[in-house]
Amino acid sequence: MTISAGGNAGAQASSAMHHRALKVRSFGGHLVSILVTLFGLLVLTFVIGRMMPADPVRAIVGEDATPDTYRMMYERLGLDRPIWEQFFRYLGDVLTGNFGVAIRTGQPVINDILHVMPATIEMATFAIVIGACLGIPLGVLAAVNKDKWVDHVVRVFSLMGHSMPIFWTGMIGLLVFYAALGWVGGSGRMSGFYIGMIRGPTGFLLIDSLIAGEWDIFYSALNHLILPASLLGYSSSAYITRMTRSFMLDQLNQEYITTARVKGLSQRDTIWKHAFINIRVQLVTIVALSYGGLLEGAVLIETVFAWPGFGQYLTNNLLIGDMNAVMTCVLIVGLIFIGLNVLSDVLYRVFDPRTR
Amino acid sequence: MTQTAMTTKTAPGGLAFMMPVFNIIRFLLRSPTSAFSLVIIGALILLAILAPLLATHDPYLQDLTNVLQPPNGAHIFGTDELGRDIYSRLIYGTRITLTIIGLVTITVGPIGLAVGTAAGYVGGMFDTVLMRITDIFLSFPSLILSLAFVAALGPSLNNAIIAIALTSWPPIARLARAETLTFRSSDYIAAARLQGASPVRIIVHSIVPMCLPSVMIRLTLNMATVILTAAGLGFLGLGAQPPMPEWGAMIATGRRYMLDSWWLVAFPGVAILLVSLAFNLLGDGLRDALDPKQMNRR
Repeated sequence: MTISAGGNAGAQASSAMHHRALKVRSFGGHLVSILVTLFGLLVLTFVIGRMMPADPVRAIVGEDATPDTYRMMYERLGLDRPIWEQFFRYLGDVLTGNFGVAIRTGQPVINDILHVMPATIEMATFAIVIGACLGIPLGVLAAVNKDKWVDHVVRVFSLMGHSMPIFWTGMIGLLVFYAALGWVGGSGRMSGFYIGMIRGPTGFLLIDSLIAGEWDIFYSALNHLILPASLLGYSSSAYITRMTRSFMLDQLNQEYITTARVKGLSQRDTIWKHAFINIRVQLVTIVALSYGGLLEGAVLIETVFAWPGFGQYLTNNLLIGDMNAVMTCVLIVGLIFIGLNVLSDVLYRVFDPRTR
Repeated sequence: MTQTAMTTKTAPGGLAFMMPVFNIIRFLLRSPTSAFSLVIIGALILLAILAPLLATHDPYLQDLTNVLQPPNGAHIFGTDELGRDIYSRLIYGTRITLTIIGLVTITVGPIGLAVGTAAGYVGGMFDTVLMRITDIFLSFPSLILSLAFVAALGPSLNNAIIAIALTSWPPIARLARAETLTFRSSDYIAAARLQGASPVRIIVHSIVPMCLPSVMIRLTLNMATVILTAAGLGFLGLGAQPPMPEWGAMIATGRRYMLDSWWLVAFPGVAILLVSLAFNLLGDGLRDALDPKQMNRR
């Protein structure tokens, strides 16, 4: 009896250990796959940046450089070395944080990006809050009213957001809300009058102006932010709405919901306190992934709104053919995407009891 | 009797093959949103074919005495900064849009199917390597990666198409692989293998047809994304180059005159929105028609 009990306990302990080992192994496998993806990312940016027809030397020395100057720059960039040696050099540069100098600004690319990033993060954060506040309730509403007219209206509304060319909606928005109605500020992050008056610690205008107690600037920044962020948020709400609806339907079809209804729970409590509670974790991961998707819209909307952020930096460098700066931007986007994927995975593991 | 039954079943030949298509269309027409999408897409195709008949002006013809005219009787959507008729340019623009969608879809579909089904069926290292590659492509928003490719290749419509195709096969491959994995160990595949069918034959004859419905849905939804990406590239000056009547490029040039001449920007944008929305709605409708698994989830 004791032996069997002991055996049982031993079996339990070993099963727990086995479980932990599995978890470690799955985490290890995860880490390896992330590293492989990161390496592939570098290969891809290297290949696009170096092996395509655009001439990096020409872009730096200009069209009418002497052959000698051209030769010098060619060798300085290491383009006379074998391709694998160039790749390892690139790898070393990236790992030591050396991304080269941007032609347009003469500054290290990474400094430039760090400088413009807050503007984009500020807009994207605002946008994702709007997107989630719009998408999640709409998704729940559509799921609860499945196949009724509300569902169809929500579906078309959210597909509209997904189908509109955001650069065009941005222009129409400026025409209507800025030029015609005067409700919001125009392009840029704040009125020209205030530019340069705030040199804050964070680079986020809303926060910096609050710290400095400059209410005028805060108001101006908010006024300029609200339109592009709303449009970006609307376009990202399509995916959030669709996923929320689909997750909710999964829950609403389950038996515990029927039980809750049978025992007389109100419709509101059934939906929000039972079904919705169970999709929170999935929603967090969806919102995290959408946040990365906003970078795509940011490239276009920043061009329309002359927003001095990451997207505008990327397009400006594209147009002058500074491949080094462009590929660094692309690499950063890839890193952010992978980072968000890992984050959503971690959130899932931490918050979902089934994965424990 | 059997003979007649056989002949009625096989006699129409090509028509019998078309029956599922008719059934799907009939199913789609029952839902107002899918019917709307079919109308828009049908109109798009008709406009592209009949462009020379429907256009009222030469889309490239400049008329500097008639610039920036608001919509009127002679020019129903007005004229642009070079006096070109915007309505005619929009009509000819349908050809560019359809070319982009068509070329991207016929490259991306087969490549995605081939990679996905092969990876799923063969498995092992082969699968791991292919899926790692798709993962790398999937770690970028498609517009950003297209931007990078176009920047490297040089801005032009052809390069934009290549760039979009390069970036849109991975989701198809992922999907085809996932579908393949669900069929791989089923009995009919085992039976085909026992009969001595080669892996290629099994993939082509037994697996690809099973993946087609979901791949078709995905391709349709992808068309909406392709339109937006192409228009975005055109808008940034990296896609179709002026004076081509590409809708995104038209918006880009119209942007300078936007405050006084809204029609330069408004009409091309509406065109992009309508077509993209139509493909999204069609994809949604096709999901209901082709994919019974999704029925209760959707």
